[in-house]
Amino acid sequence: MSLPQPLKSVYALADANSFYASCEKVFRPELEGKPVVVLSNNDGCVIAQSKEAKAALALYMCRPWFEVKEAAEQIGTIAFSSNYELYGAMSNRFVQTLRHFSPRVEVYSIDESFMDMTGLKRDLNVYGHEIKHTVRQWTGLPICVGFGHSKTLAKLANHCAKKQPGWDGVCDLTSLSVPELDHLLASLEISTVWGVGKRLERRLHAVGVTNVLRLKHADPKRIRDKFGVLLERTVRELNGEVWLELDQMMPEANQVMSSRSFGHRLDSLTDLQAAISFHAGNAAERMRKKGLYANAVYVFIQNSPHDEAPYYCGQQMIALPSPTNSTQQITKAALWLLNKVYQPGVYYLKGGVMLMELVAEGGQQRELFGFSQQDSKNHRLMGTIDQVNAKYGRGTVKTAAEGVRQDWQMRRVLKSPGYLHQWKDLLKVR
Amino acid sequence: MKTTPSASDQDLFHIPLPFYDIPVSAGQSRFPSPAQDYEIAEIDLNKQLITNPPATFLTRVTGDSMTGVGIYPGSILVVNRALKPRSSSIVVVLLDGELMVKRLYKHAGVVKLLSENPTYAPITLTEGQELMIWGVVTYVITATT
Repeated sequence: MSLPQPLKSVYALADANSFYASCEKVFRPELEGKPVVVLSNNDGCVIAQSKEAKAALALYMCRPWFEVKEAAEQIGTIAFSSNYELYGAMSNRFVQTLRHFSPRVEVYSIDESFMDMTGLKRDLNVYGHEIKHTVRQWTGLPICVGFGHSKTLAKLANHCAKKQPGWDGVCDLTSLSVPELDHLLASLEISTVWGVGKRLERRLHAVGVTNVLRLKHADPKRIRDKFGVLLERTVRELNGEVWLELDQMMPEANQVMSSRSFGHRLDSLTDLQAAISFHAGNAAERMRKKGLYANAVYVFIQNSPHDEAPYYCGQQMIALPSPTNSTQQITKAALWLLNKVYQPGVYYLKGGVMLMELVAEGGQQRELFGFSQQDSKNHRLMGTIDQVNAKYGRGTVKTAAEGVRQDWQMRRVLKSPGYLHQWKDLLKVR
Repeated sequence: MKTTPSASDQDLFHIPLPFYDIPVSAGQSRFPSPAQDYEIAEIDLNKQLITNPPATFLTRVTGDSMTGVGIYPGSILVVNRALKPRSSSIVVVLLDGELMVKRLYKHAGVVKLLSENPTYAPITLTEGQELMIWGVVTYVITATT
């Protein structure tokens, strides 16, 4: 008699393609197949491109729009100002759709979610196509799906599904034999691995770790000694060991997230305000440590999918009038969003704040009417707050939770209508 | 600071109980009110009209080609993208770069888009003409004033 084998974990990562541009295309289906770009606040820089735009204008990402406008328009590119409210709402629909395929979904970013597929008795390749097709049909968003025995492998599978045309948008690494998997890993650059940036890649190259297979076969202990515990964890995850559970995150380069389960379920707005303020301050502080400024704030609150009550996940995003690293501004924005997503009668278990579209200090413009982060007074204040909190513990100095009026003015002349938020802006059909 | 046990320490153990001035029926309080079984939620239009929220979109009609089925300029259409369009479904389609609402006709390989207004002729799709069905219309909301 043999004991039953413990189930091997299986994770999926569903990731929307060119998310912002794809959201715009849902409401402008005539733009299918055409190059589309989305611009940052105040129409400053290109922050998203459809695949058609990527093919023709690959180098234009993150470049100022006025520099690339002429070339972009020559190939018929349609440009949009960022419509973060729309993207937040579409992200919500994306996640809601994924919940039909797994009881455990973790929102990783605005356009990516992990799903726990452990124990599912289905052909994952077929299931992945079903997910992809359903999301496309229901929400209009094109996505790719990757499966792996760890989150790191699922993320890598998603990369393959997206970049290698042979997979047709769905890549199941769990179905590959070890030689097949190793053959694939040997062909992948190290920087395709979750959490490994270009700098770390160069350092790994210097010690002969030149592809993902070599990283997988590296000695975890030596990796830890030389590169730290995070990369050791990555090596173990590449070998199919689960070191990151569903709710554990790897830091993403262009965003800072602060979220966690509340100690106990919260249903009052006041309690949630306190929690969200905490996360806003925490995220802002972590962002300042990296010397970065946020262009957008994203807030989510949810109950548990295991509750008997219906699942509710409120999430919304808002653009900031100019890039900011100010705790007050970020907290204001986060609380304003919280007010919008809060529904009474729900027992919330988890919530968080994500700061997005981060830019370096130098790359920002001065706002005419808004607050400017070059403002040395605010700069000093934030520095002082961080110092006090570092010395006396987090939360020694924090912002009083204030209400926020949406009187921010921004130049967003190319912004698409509020298709999902304004009666007057509903999609028009003849 | 030095303190001696005093009345203030005693006070720590004196916890005032809240007083509720409501009638309590002895012996019954552990049981939920029998009326709870009959507590039902009030009618919610969202729930009735939007059965699949992530797949449902509201759109606004601008044309008059469907007035025969109560779709007027200014009407709001509830469009469910998850439904499979069948022959005779009312659909939002993209044709020649424009979104429009029509009745779909599919029979023996012929695809037509029918209007519900005699002043509009049916559109028969020709070879090579691309039709994209954006979603299936499930409800029409029209103001009467």
